[in-house]
Amino acid sequence: MRPSRLHIPKYHAGPGETPDFSYLELSPAGAVARPDINTRVRDMNGLAFQLVRVLDDDHEAVGPWNPHLEPADLQVGLRHMVLTRAFDDRMQRMQRSGKITFYMRSLGEEAISVSQGMALRPTDMLFPAYRQQGLYMVRGRPVVDLMCQLLSNTRDMCKGRQLPVMYHWRDGNIFSISGNLTTQFPQAVGWAMAAAIKGTDDIAATWIGEGSSAEADFHHAMLFASVYEAPVILNVVNNQWAISTFQGFAGGEHRSFAARGPGFGMAGLRVDGNDFLAVHAVTQWAAERARTGHGPTIIEHVTYRGAAHSTSDDPSRYRPKDDYERWPLGDPVERLKDHLIALGEWSQERHAALVKEMEEHVLASWKEAVTYGTLTESPRLDPHLMFEDVFKEMPEHLKKQDEQLRDERKRG
Amino acid sequence: MAQMNMIQALNSAMDIMLGRDPNVIVLGEDVGFFGGVFRVTDGLQRKYGAHRVIDTPIAEGGIVASAIGMGVNGLRPVAEIQFADYIYPAYDQIVSELARLRYRSAGEFFAPVTIRTPCGGGIRGGQTHSQSPEGVFAHVSGLKVVMPANPYDAKGLLISSIEDDDPVIFFEPKRIYNGPFDGDPNKPAVPWSTHPKGDVPEGYYTVPIGKCEVVREGSDVTLVTYGTMVHVCEAAAQGMGVDAEIIDVRTMVPLDVDTLVTSVKKTGRCVIAHEATRFGGYGGELSATIQEECFWHLEAPIQRVTGWDTPYPHAFEWEYFPGQARVAMALQSVMEADA
Repeated sequence: MRPSRLHIPKYHAGPGETPDFSYLELSPAGAVARPDINTRVRDMNGLAFQLVRVLDDDHEAVGPWNPHLEPADLQVGLRHMVLTRAFDDRMQRMQRSGKITFYMRSLGEEAISVSQGMALRPTDMLFPAYRQQGLYMVRGRPVVDLMCQLLSNTRDMCKGRQLPVMYHWRDGNIFSISGNLTTQFPQAVGWAMAAAIKGTDDIAATWIGEGSSAEADFHHAMLFASVYEAPVILNVVNNQWAISTFQGFAGGEHRSFAARGPGFGMAGLRVDGNDFLAVHAVTQWAAERARTGHGPTIIEHVTYRGAAHSTSDDPSRYRPKDDYERWPLGDPVERLKDHLIALGEWSQERHAALVKEMEEHVLASWKEAVTYGTLTESPRLDPHLMFEDVFKEMPEHLKKQDEQLRDERKRG
Repeated sequence: MAQMNMIQALNSAMDIMLGRDPNVIVLGEDVGFFGGVFRVTDGLQRKYGAHRVIDTPIAEGGIVASAIGMGVNGLRPVAEIQFADYIYPAYDQIVSELARLRYRSAGEFFAPVTIRTPCGGGIRGGQTHSQSPEGVFAHVSGLKVVMPANPYDAKGLLISSIEDDDPVIFFEPKRIYNGPFDGDPNKPAVPWSTHPKGDVPEGYYTVPIGKCEVVREGSDVTLVTYGTMVHVCEAAAQGMGVDAEIIDVRTMVPLDVDTLVTSVKKTGRCVIAHEATRFGGYGGELSATIQEECFWHLEAPIQRVTGWDTPYPHAFEWEYFPGQARVAMALQSVMEADA
């Protein structure tokens, strides 16, 4: 008899080793059937194990999930993705030069936030994690506003209270980002339950990484969404990495994250997260299901975290250096660019000009943002803003502490 | 006016608010069809429908998280956690999210959630049906914390909590749901109809959050307490013949410091009493505040009468519970002290 043994999930490769992505179950572009939105969950369990892809190796859009978007819309999507990347690159450099304390890039994941943002209505409520900055580009928040948040300056939407990247935007229907992982997942379900109680046709969408799916709040969200058939899209961005931890440790080794959907009686879809068209198509499908009372959907986006986890992280200590180059699903910006070129609606020259335009736009925005101050350079936020918004109205004990600080500053 | 016990008063508060404001939603385990394990939500689902009074899965974190999401979408959820002892799975959502949402979003987002939860001991509830965790919420910036001690306050404070745009943790001492309790388990149960605060207006009214109540005026010593212990303290002082001024704190946060300070400056002596464990408990905050504000008026060290620093035991309940005898010893000690 063999004794029991503790199974430790395997990494696909370590530093200095050759990446082996054979663990990924990939489907050819166009191969996955597209069920009607009113299909019963039990009749489409297979979706959770396949991979919805639209763009093929020749950069053509193929199969039943082709969303048939207009070239003009694809160009808008490309623009948002290029802006997101230019913004990320510049902010990374500004962190390295000490202007901001912290940053997190979304390199390689731009198609998910941008394409999903475009597939949803402006009145749909978004509950992002910290790596969906593309949503802000789609909904039109000037990047200078995001920069002011990163700088904690006098124009900071968070009034200096939040770490960089923890944005929010009431008027744009983008919820406040929290440092506590996955908390937004069941909150989005509650928002969607309220939409259903009120009888509106707005839906909620929320995002976590695959690592965060290990939190109890993931289970709460799935359960409440399923029990009440809440109009919500639950997105798991499987970028293979939770800081240094490979996705196997989040439970991805034996089964897809999408497959948790059917386990809760919920539609589950697995999509090529670097395929702008496929992401758009599955989002539209899930949104229509939610909006017409057919219930929630979990979407697993198979993608790759191209950059370090954050500016505080060095991925060369836990994964191969050429991992991203060898990633079989490629780069989302390149793939959409190549598709538009194949359609005759884009060119390398126009692309180079777009990249340059976005870089210049980001640089000009940065120059404006720093005129409102930085964390250390004036103008600076009034520290007494610290005491506001703890409650709607400031209670006596906070007024007293505010007074004490004023007194300290007078003496100091 | 009507005679109500605390259960009926709380039920009436939710009934009135469900009727007044279509955004008010009640949710929790067993609250809907069944009407709640303590009957506090009895009849509400029948009257307002299953979309307004919602039975939930057994998942405290999910209950509070979904209530936050509903609050962000313009509803005014009243969530029930069946026992305060089971609120901890929701602690992350309460502390990291509910309490900080307004602050971290600079006022752009907030969730006006009230969390009702039965608390306190004296019912042979053992470790997980007796706790008084108000201190771990009072410590969290951004939460209001409330605990009524009678039906009149229960209804008025619950209506205020539901109407408040800040999150409120609303503790209900289950030992006094049906009648006041003076700490003596051998006496026959007394109904709220014997108590003046069992007279409750049937319609809408509020009791303000953030105001203590002087339950009994006195000149010898100030007894600061809340919840079931209000009644224990009243009986203890009466039994000793001490002219105690008894203050029901009612709201832990924000604390009505003025009422406490005015009283202790008058009496010069102070005893603090609560069921919760002592170390790091809310009584420490009360004691420190009074000491800071009343130092030159104090004629004796402030005494705390609390539960022991142990988990709440089943078999030793009446050795654990801070009953009249323990309150009396503290009163005697501060009265005998000579500054």
